Amino acid sequence: MTAPTQPPKRPMGRAILRSALSLGLFAIVTAGVVAGTRTLTFDRIADNRQASQYRVLKEVLPEALRDVPIEALLDNAVMLPASEAMGQHQPFRGWRVKRGDNAALLMPVVATGGYNGDIHLLVGVDQDGRVSGVRVTRHQETPGLGDKIERRKSDWITDFNGRSLEDPAPEGWEVTKDGGEFDAFTGATITPRAVVRAVKRSLEYVEAEGDSLFQADQEDQP
Amino acid sequence: MSQFNELVRNGLWANNPALVQLLGLCPLLAVTSSVVNALGLGLATLLVLMGSNMSVSLIRHHVTSNVRLPAFVMIIAAFVTCADLLMQAYTFELHQILGIFIPLIVTNCAILGRADAFASRNPILPSATDGLMMGLGFAGVLVVLGSLRELFGQGTLFADMDLLLGPVAAGWQITVFPNYEFLFLILPPGAFFATGLLIALKNVIDDRLERRRRLRQADQPRESRRVRVTGTIR
Repeated sequence: MTAPTQPPKRPMGRAILRSALSLGLFAIVTAGVVAGTRTLTFDRIADNRQASQYRVLKEVLPEALRDVPIEALLDNAVMLPASEAMGQHQPFRGWRVKRGDNAALLMPVVATGGYNGDIHLLVGVDQDGRVSGVRVTRHQETPGLGDKIERRKSDWITDFNGRSLEDPAPEGWEVTKDGGEFDAFTGATITPRAVVRAVKRSLEYVEAEGDSLFQADQEDQP
Repeated sequence: MSQFNELVRNGLWANNPALVQLLGLCPLLAVTSSVVNALGLGLATLLVLMGSNMSVSLIRHHVTSNVRLPAFVMIIAAFVTCADLLMQAYTFELHQILGIFIPLIVTNCAILGRADAFASRNPILPSATDGLMMGLGFAGVLVVLGSLRELFGQGTLFADMDLLLGPVAAGWQITVFPNYEFLFLILPPGAFFATGLLIALKNVIDDRLERRRRLRQADQPRESRRVRVTGTIR
């Protein structure tokens, strides 16, 4: 508080002002660089996202619908009612594809109870309530063990193709260790168990919501 | 020229960010489960490190010392964000795998460390060299660790390299031990273990070099005595 030891006020204020100005200038320049890069890469990133989404969507489509073009597929996004069982607490976006007698519903499903957090799946169901395909879109399961649910690591996930709630019967919708019909892989039971249950729940969801999902027409397009 | 030799030696060996400074260990341990992941993160870190070192060196006379750290952090954050966007645009699949570790390059202390300890006090050319060498040193350790863990963890080398280098690299996978898996090395504990081994190996090599140098020095006194003799004769 003693006056003599205090530095003169003026230069102090100027130093602060100078620092603030130079920091502000840096903020503007760096933000500009980031904005520039973003503009340059924006389209490409959007394309990549869409292509990668499309690739997975296509893999879970029924055989007969696999040649549906990308625009037709992505334009057919529909909002589906929320379902706690599928890990979707809000109405969520799915895709409905219809051509001739064939129809399929593609739904993102969150499998809770993975070994290491949620497992995000994409489940395709056809008009007869059969699974047309399942793919894992995001997970954090143990590399080398639980990650065999990925299609590129093993073909375990294709075991669901063509399955329905009658095949196997509901009590068979478990991993072999729990008395069901689906193999678990060595060293990992928790991961396949979570996936099997999530697929079963998606089939139950389609059965419950039933035909409304397939028959609702274009009115709910975004 | 000797300054550059010193920078090369420091970055790659004597002052290696990963093995000696032990900086950036979090991404190091997390992503080195395969060569492609290690190389991807290593290259991204290298580019960010070079870019930030050069920019920091350029502005070193224009930033007062009390705001230098926020300024450096802003520069580093900008470079990392750009690297993140570029990877999303050109190596999308790899970006999906490396995920959070790309944005987290910001927190790699090796980068802020080099900015503050070296680049803020040196001209642009040495700073760029320092960034390049430190980056290469870091990326090198990442790749060695990645190779070790991929080879002894899942029995392959260079699997999925096409994620980073495009379709050309699709056939590069070498399966050394078919149907082999040693989970321990793929999991994080294996990363600690392998890093420890690498550090130990470096120390052993350093010890050997040091002993050899001492031996050579021990030989010298005879010569130097002779030199001194000739000296006293004069």
